Amino acid sequence: MEAGIVSFGAYIPMQRMQRKLIGDMWGNQGGAGEKAVANWDEDSLTMAVEAGIDCLGGRERDAAGVLFASTTAPYREKQSASIIRKVLDLAPACLTLDSAGSLRGGTAALTAALDMAQASPGKTYMVSAADLRKPAPASALELGFGDGAAALLVGTEDVIATVNAHRSRSSEFIDLWRRDKDLYTQMWEDRYVVSEGYEKMMGENIVRFLEELHAVPGDYARAAISAPGPGPLRVVCRKTGFSFGSQVSAGLFESVGHTGAALPLMMLVEALESAAPGERLLLAAYGDGVDLFDLTVTERIARLPRKRGVAGHLASRLPLESYGRYLRFRSLMEWEFDRRPPDRSSLAVIARESSQIYSLHGAMCRRCGTVQYPVQRVCTECRTQDDFDEVRLADRKGILFTFSMDERAMVPDLPNVLCIVDLEGGGRFYSVLTDRTPSAIRIGMPVELTFRKIHEGSNLYNYFWKARPVRV
Amino acid sequence: MESIKDKVAIVGMGCTAFGELWDKDADDLVIEAANEAFSDAGIEVKDIQAAWVGSMERYTGATVSVPLQLQYIPVTRVENACATGYEAIRNAAFAVAAKVYDLVLVVGVEKLKDHGFPGLPVSLAADKWHPVYGAHATAPGRYAMAASRYFHRYGLKPEEGKRLLAQISVKSHHNGARNPKAHLRREITVEEAMNAPIIAWPLGLYDCCGVTDGAAAAILCRTEDARAFRDDYVTIKGIEVCVGPGQGKIRTDYDFTHWEETEIAARAVYAQAGIKNPRQEIDLVECHDCFAIAELIAVESLGICAKGKAQVDIESGAWTQEGEIPVNMSGGLKSFGHPIGASGCREVYEIYKQIQGKAQEPSRQLKGPKLGLAHNQGGHPGKFMCAVCAIGAP
Repeated sequence: MEAGIVSFGAYIPMQRMQRKLIGDMWGNQGGAGEKAVANWDEDSLTMAVEAGIDCLGGRERDAAGVLFASTTAPYREKQSASIIRKVLDLAPACLTLDSAGSLRGGTAALTAALDMAQASPGKTYMVSAADLRKPAPASALELGFGDGAAALLVGTEDVIATVNAHRSRSSEFIDLWRRDKDLYTQMWEDRYVVSEGYEKMMGENIVRFLEELHAVPGDYARAAISAPGPGPLRVVCRKTGFSFGSQVSAGLFESVGHTGAALPLMMLVEALESAAPGERLLLAAYGDGVDLFDLTVTERIARLPRKRGVAGHLASRLPLESYGRYLRFRSLMEWEFDRRPPDRSSLAVIARESSQIYSLHGAMCRRCGTVQYPVQRVCTECRTQDDFDEVRLADRKGILFTFSMDERAMVPDLPNVLCIVDLEGGGRFYSVLTDRTPSAIRIGMPVELTFRKIHEGSNLYNYFWKARPVRV
Repeated sequence: MESIKDKVAIVGMGCTAFGELWDKDADDLVIEAANEAFSDAGIEVKDIQAAWVGSMERYTGATVSVPLQLQYIPVTRVENACATGYEAIRNAAFAVAAKVYDLVLVVGVEKLKDHGFPGLPVSLAADKWHPVYGAHATAPGRYAMAASRYFHRYGLKPEEGKRLLAQISVKSHHNGARNPKAHLRREITVEEAMNAPIIAWPLGLYDCCGVTDGAAAAILCRTEDARAFRDDYVTIKGIEVCVGPGQGKIRTDYDFTHWEETEIAARAVYAQAGIKNPRQEIDLVECHDCFAIAELIAVESLGICAKGKAQVDIESGAWTQEGEIPVNMSGGLKSFGHPIGASGCREVYEIYKQIQGKAQEPSRQLKGPKLGLAHNQGGHPGKFMCAVCAIGAP
């Protein structure tokens, strides 16, 4: 059996900032369209989780590996994939691997995952790529960059798109970079890096790949080709013979922005979510070289459960109406000292309760069936002690029972919406509502759960679950 | 088991001015409150045989024995969040009723304003600290969840509900403005309350109590010994503490529109005191109004007002000085202020003075009150530790 794509998912943050607004801020034209901006409580790790949940859907949580790809992992030293693994409630025997620092990191991980799946038939491996990008304020990159994630599940069974061939070319060429001590991404002269780097390398490698496959552009229904932007993408289409606009979509640049390591996979998801059985697809990623994949969509795609993917997330948006809020979200300035008791954490508590905190396991009493979160050793209903099963609550939807809007809480984006959510299947979750418009919150509204960064107490990233109005 | 009713008397009380007392520390507040109580009872420090001190922030009996230089007597510091004051009274009362001691001192004290933080330190919310669960929740944020649900349940439009809360705040400020010892002594209007900056919707600035320094003290003895000190003593008719299993944020059957612990403690106190019709028999209520919604629901949960009928009472002025059942004649936590450990004793001070006909500022004096009900609760909706206490003429 050939390894291929078994499932896919994507994630685009809700907040969208118009490029014209950025231009107004800096006194220039800005640009057309808008970019996706992660909320203050999101990062690459949480976005990779979201894409992973979209990808895994209602499947058994039995993937044998999680490969996280990003140029903006939250920790320089400390693996993100190991946390993602726990949040997705996968087994400890799962292989966890971070593919760091490259725009080609997602497709490099995909190459590795395909080989792993090939070597272990029947097992699945998930690649999740996410980036929360770091452009300098008032730079051209600030206009172009956006935040997002995509995930692919790879295996040898129930394949929805076979990977017929793939090739990798490495290059030491530097065009964009960010050193360990830099805050922001830097770029060499753009005319040079685009024409000598991207357009040359991508153009030549696509042409050679097609020659090796004895294929022509017309054989492909769609081509997911990453690029620095729509202009260079158009040039590569001209060089290689693909049709910009019909075979090749630049829509993500217009509505989301360049999402770093996630971009090639998001483009592939965009293609897959509207692909028909039998269609042939090209995936091409650029950055430190080129990765190329030739895929064919199978009939099984029709049986894949509905994904939010790119289209579903695109449609669900909240305008980010001021650049000042963006500054707060990204904490791009030094702020006045907050005269309040500081946030703090405890790794001992987090470790002891990691299934409750990361996997959101509650307890279901074996005597009376009552679901309770957090886990209560003494059942809240029948007071039986220590006789319960752990149940994962993260996938459950709920109803907003009550809420408040706290204008004085110690969070970057006010109001802090405290909420009580009554979950389907029983149990109540005391939490915070994120990705919300305060004036639109109503008791009784349907909500779902989302994994977020809560605070940075004790110089750690402290993650937990929040609720949000159902997005799609 | 026996009822505590009429076994224990209060024969002296003291209360400092409450406020942002920058030039006083906790020791100063203890001395001031205790001195007034000693003077009121006509006793000296050396007459005290044991003491109980209620404070969230101060630890050990040294809180009282050091500033007063109590000479090697038993002193216990007690705490039960905002019900701390009543824990001190209750434990002292039990010791006296058990005849282990004859004359004891109770002090409630809190010095909150040295922190340098606006508002309450979050750690005082009585939830077990956790790195992420409940992070950033504040007291107003938690109580406001009860307000949202109460409005929803009883069909109050947001503006309507907020106006009810404003009326409570106006009433309490009107009482506090006429109380020389209160923290916030400014009259406000409903419009000012409606338009004040929002703290946690629907709670605006005037719907939230002050963060305050202060202390109050009481001298307790057995009722049969009370006449040696004064004729116009009061007795404890009933006192009860209720600590719930704290599952309101976990169980789906908690409605966020009543205070279960308060209901249970109130019923216990009415049974101890033999009160059959609280609304008619009680002359004044000092209840826990850290936020306007806290008072609204407290009066219902104390059985003074029928469930869901607070709107009728508030709009008819039933809880004002002229109304059927004056609530928070002192100004309440709302405008008297809420130094956590001191509030219980301070509520009793108001009832004590009112029954004696010695209310601070004559315009606040009720006509011939005989029985007062006091209430404090710590924690937040879904997890309370509360105390209810009935104080009356002998």
